Amino acid sequence: MSDTSLGTTTTTEIDTETDDEAGRDFGSEADDEMAPSIATVRNPILEAEDLVVQYGDIQALQPVSVGLPEKEVTAIIGPSGCGKSTFLRCINRMNDLVDAADITGSLRFRGKDVYDDDVDPVALRRKIGMVFQKPNPFPKSIYDNVAYGLRIKGQTENLDAAVEQALKRAALWDEVKDQLDSSGLNLSGGQQQRLCIARAIAPDPEVVLMDEPASALDPVATSQIEDLIADLAEEYTVIVVTHNMQQAARISDKTAVFLTGGQLVEFDDTNKIFENPEHQRVEDYITGKFG
Amino acid sequence: MSSKETDGGVVEDRFPLAGGEQLQRKRLYGRLFVGVCLAATMVGIVALVALLADVVSEAWGWLTWEFLTYPPSRFIENFDPSMYGDPETRPAGIYPALIGSIYLIIMTAIFTLFLGVGAAIYLEEYAADNWLTTLINANISNLAGVPSIVYGLLGLAMFVRALNTGSSLLAGALTLTLLILPIVIVSSQEALRAVPDSLRNASYSVGATRWQTIRNVVLPNALPGIMTGTILSLSRAIGETAPLIMIGAATSMFVPPNGPLSAFAAMPMQIFDWARQPANEFQHVAAAGIIVLLSALLLMNATAIYIRNKYDTPT
Repeated sequence: MSDTSLGTTTTTEIDTETDDEAGRDFGSEADDEMAPSIATVRNPILEAEDLVVQYGDIQALQPVSVGLPEKEVTAIIGPSGCGKSTFLRCINRMNDLVDAADITGSLRFRGKDVYDDDVDPVALRRKIGMVFQKPNPFPKSIYDNVAYGLRIKGQTENLDAAVEQALKRAALWDEVKDQLDSSGLNLSGGQQQRLCIARAIAPDPEVVLMDEPASALDPVATSQIEDLIADLAEEYTVIVVTHNMQQAARISDKTAVFLTGGQLVEFDDTNKIFENPEHQRVEDYITGKFG
Repeated sequence: MSSKETDGGVVEDRFPLAGGEQLQRKRLYGRLFVGVCLAATMVGIVALVALLADVVSEAWGWLTWEFLTYPPSRFIENFDPSMYGDPETRPAGIYPALIGSIYLIIMTAIFTLFLGVGAAIYLEEYAADNWLTTLINANISNLAGVPSIVYGLLGLAMFVRALNTGSSLLAGALTLTLLILPIVIVSSQEALRAVPDSLRNASYSVGATRWQTIRNVVLPNALPGIMTGTILSLSRAIGETAPLIMIGAATSMFVPPNGPLSAFAAMPMQIFDWARQPANEFQHVAAAGIIVLLSALLLMNATAIYIRNKYDTPT
């Protein structure tokens, strides 16, 4: 629904599918008083410092300061409208496509602030790929889907090998190797999502962002995606936004918990978050008392 | 309406499942409405069929291959197929106007595609969402309703006079372009808007620039819609007479145009010329011309439908 209604790039995209940021009542006083408990990681690949996002009058992200580890899976969890998708979209500057988004603070990728004037968001997105909630393959062949990112970079040689490697890493090669010329839309939902993952990793980014990559899939396809995410962490830094707390517990090394109001409340090892969280509100959320 | 308050203790309150008088009256209204709608539909269809039947019967026996390939004549005998072998006459037909119309529509198509699709891409993909864009959009929609004779006047002033093109094919094509441009822009905008944002995001997220996204993702997906809208607009343009009269195009030519700046006649004007001839038999010639024009029009519409069906990708 939101796909078609947001036709132009001028009418903004505020990811309404995942987080209903707009029109929510942000922040109760209890949240504001909560001091975030953020574990530090050594040599973070991504580092946010007082990162704030505002859509017009609505503050989608309270000041967020956190460092995310390299080549590990970081899960971002939290209730609807807590700003987790907004945070994710800051990392590869997809929020730039939203006219109304106003971003302050800093977000460093390998020490370089991605919002510096000399950073080209297009170049940044070639380093930081993204997979979306709903599988969105192009209405092109499987091969052309995977090769898309390489071709727009101007690569014309070794496309076959790169496509094969990306499909293998996305655990899709065996299923599609005989039908690379058929449309990506002919695949099942789970296969489409793995195709999108292959498309995202084909240009060999360093970070792969995933915005609820399994929420539109059936349980079998979901578990395939989850296995895949664990494998991807050997090569890439993976950051996954998810609604599903069991999923976060299964697949991630680190977990960040956002609570309503766009506040990052807790960030630590996944085991620590799920077994012994610092904040009562986080425990309430994880045990399903709200959210 | 609550029957309890207005009608008191009437029958349908005690036996709610029996229907009752009030319900039957509503049913009757419903059936009457269906009848009215059916009548409205039939009037349109019957009128159209009667018109077509009349034209076809008038043209019967007059529409020949020679009619398509020979220039017109002032003498009715020349059009009569039974006279074709006669050494005193030569066959006559619609040839120069047919070729004129084809050239006219090809040139109009080229101008319209560049200007219309370009404007639509700018307005949909690049223009900021501000009052100026809103104003432009509103005005384009309004321009779509401006009578074609007004565009004829504009074409006369702008192209024939100011740009000094004379009453040429170029002036005609530019005038028709102005005429259909608003419709082409609006339908192209709708086609672009129908491309899901998820595809745009997918393209941006692997590091495509805006132009790469438009070129590789947005345009290919919008193209069937753009083509359909453009062809349907062109089939409106091919039947236009008023703007061509206004820019001073010839009603009847004996040679087809040989370049963009040469004078031309188009089929609607040629038909108009025949229809006002005093000799009664010219009505048959006009009818034959109408069949040719309608065939060209239906062919274009069929192409549009074919393109729409063939490239309509499931999403």
